[in-house]
Amino acid sequence: MKDQNKEVLYGLYDDEEILLKAVRQAKNDHLEIMDVYSPFPVHGLDPLLGLSESRLHQAGFVYGAIGTLTAFLFMTWVFTRDWPIIFGGKPYWSVPAFIPITFEVTVLFASVGMVVTFYTICGMAPGVTNPTLDDRITDDKFCIAFQTNGASEAEVDRLKSFLSSTGASEVNSKTI
Amino acid sequence: MSAPVSPIREPLIEGGKTYHQITEDICAPTERVPSMAWIIAFMVAVACLTLYIFCVGWTIWVGIGSWDLNRTIGWGWDITNFVWWVGIGHAGTLISAILLLFRQRWRTGVNRAAEAMTIFAVMCAGQFPLIHMGRLWLGFFIFPYPNTRGPLWVNFNSPLLWDVFAISTYFTVSLLFWYTGLVPDLATVRDRATGLRRKIYNYFSFGWTGSAKHWQRWESLSLVLAGLSTPLVLSVHTIVSFDFATSVIPGWHTTIFPPYFVAGAIFSGFAMVQTLMVITRKVHGLQEYVTLQHIESMNKVILLTGTIVGVAYLTELFIAWYSGYVYEQFAFANRVLGPYWWSYVGMMTCNVLSPQLFWFKKMRRSLFWTFVMSIFVNIGMWFERFVIIATTLARDYLPSSWSYYTPTWVEIGLFVGTLGLFFTLFLIFARVAPVVAIAEIKSILKVAGDQYIGPNAKHHHHEQETTTKSTDTHH
Repeated sequence: MKDQNKEVLYGLYDDEEILLKAVRQAKNDHLEIMDVYSPFPVHGLDPLLGLSESRLHQAGFVYGAIGTLTAFLFMTWVFTRDWPIIFGGKPYWSVPAFIPITFEVTVLFASVGMVVTFYTICGMAPGVTNPTLDDRITDDKFCIAFQTNGASEAEVDRLKSFLSSTGASEVNSKTI
Repeated sequence: MSAPVSPIREPLIEGGKTYHQITEDICAPTERVPSMAWIIAFMVAVACLTLYIFCVGWTIWVGIGSWDLNRTIGWGWDITNFVWWVGIGHAGTLISAILLLFRQRWRTGVNRAAEAMTIFAVMCAGQFPLIHMGRLWLGFFIFPYPNTRGPLWVNFNSPLLWDVFAISTYFTVSLLFWYTGLVPDLATVRDRATGLRRKIYNYFSFGWTGSAKHWQRWESLSLVLAGLSTPLVLSVHTIVSFDFATSVIPGWHTTIFPPYFVAGAIFSGFAMVQTLMVITRKVHGLQEYVTLQHIESMNKVILLTGTIVGVAYLTELFIAWYSGYVYEQFAFANRVLGPYWWSYVGMMTCNVLSPQLFWFKKMRRSLFWTFVMSIFVNIGMWFERFVIIATTLARDYLPSSWSYYTPTWVEIGLFVGTLGLFFTLFLIFARVAPVVAIAEIKSILKVAGDQYIGPNAKHHHHEQETTTKSTDTHH
């Protein structure tokens, strides 16, 4: 474990609309949410949690550009410097014929790069076990989690009452 | 949730499902003992796969001569099968990528299975160029790697090499796209499992937690991969068509090939999706997720693309005549009336005439006719590739070289064998992974569930707004 175990207080909600209301309420109450877990992407959640837009697609553009350059410059080097051959009376540097491979390599680099980046920054890989709060989060429960390390009893009680007053069907705590 | 939905839209999820019920329904087939139907199907598929392995062994041991190809007809069933399988793969990408960009919600019921079909079909397709090399163990020669012969590079100007890049990129990207979509659903299966099963699914679900930030990135990734796959899928069959179109053989050297091949690919792919889904929804009891509405939508695509293909066939004939070029005219006259006339008739009947049935709504919504038609289209599209390849080669420039070709048992075995490979993989997939995208179905439940829209909807959200008869009857 890279850092100390987290003590987590969490509430499970039965519907994403109740969850959204609760998150909005938490924002108004200035409660610091550790994370929200859901069985599917809940739209409208990101701005409430203050999550900025993912920059994954920007990374994808960079990977794609690297792919474009790699393919095009490599073919250029092969056919103009390393081993020039005339095919069908065309110029050595026959750019239109390079387009299909350049395109394919662009797509390949962008896709592979983005997917690898995605799993890396999410801390995911084959065989990795990340701690989860409840098995039903991947089924039908929507979860708001607060970290309670070093929180006073009064603060924990306040969070508990927040969770149950905003419609959580269950309130539990767990150390992960 | 927020997007407005027209009240006349048909629901895409029937049976008044809750989130939990969706999980139960879709995970159930992976959690119970396989049915007798599955076991029998699996045994047949594995038997065909065994035949495939035997025939590949035979081809490599005896040589390509065992296919009875000859100097004139150098491409026979092998390349026909290659193009056929690649084409089938295209529907999966179309459903998963293009329909995602077009915000077609009905894709959600079928995208997972269709993407799996894409991957398995491309695997089958890739077999043929490889075994056609004869010396399979030298297959790595097709990649530009630094070698001790110069290094001597591959010909980057050759459409056959473009094909290598297109097919391998297509396979890789489809696999990544499919698996990334699968990860949250594998986590769902993981969280329901215990013991060894849980360990296995834990391994394959990569430690998914369902965190809000992860979902945000996951959606961003899916959207960009869809955006990349869309031009990719169009490029792949375009490049496959270049294998023919950039040659100087009359009947192949035509500019219509790229769009015509892509339309044909989507056409045959949707037919294969129908074949698979009509059976899968029945065997897995998924009729409430893959509804008649889904089947009808796909039949509309089949009607459209089948008609596009028909127009392309007629355009080819017209252009051949209009070109005034005697070799071109001969090539097409030979296609229709030559020694392989029967395959042209098969192609025209199955691809152009038979889909016209789908102008009738009753036909589009009939499972029986959908299944029959899907088989017809698959046969027709196989004939199309055979017509293009074999009939054209059989009558080349030099009448003294004219020839006829019939496949040997080895070639037939290879084709049947790839069907075995395909169905073995698909049947395993249908047992171990959710065949419908669970998370995506849940995310459209409130806009497409029949308790929210359609005639059975309960108007608990917008009671004041509804002016339909159902509210009047409350008073």
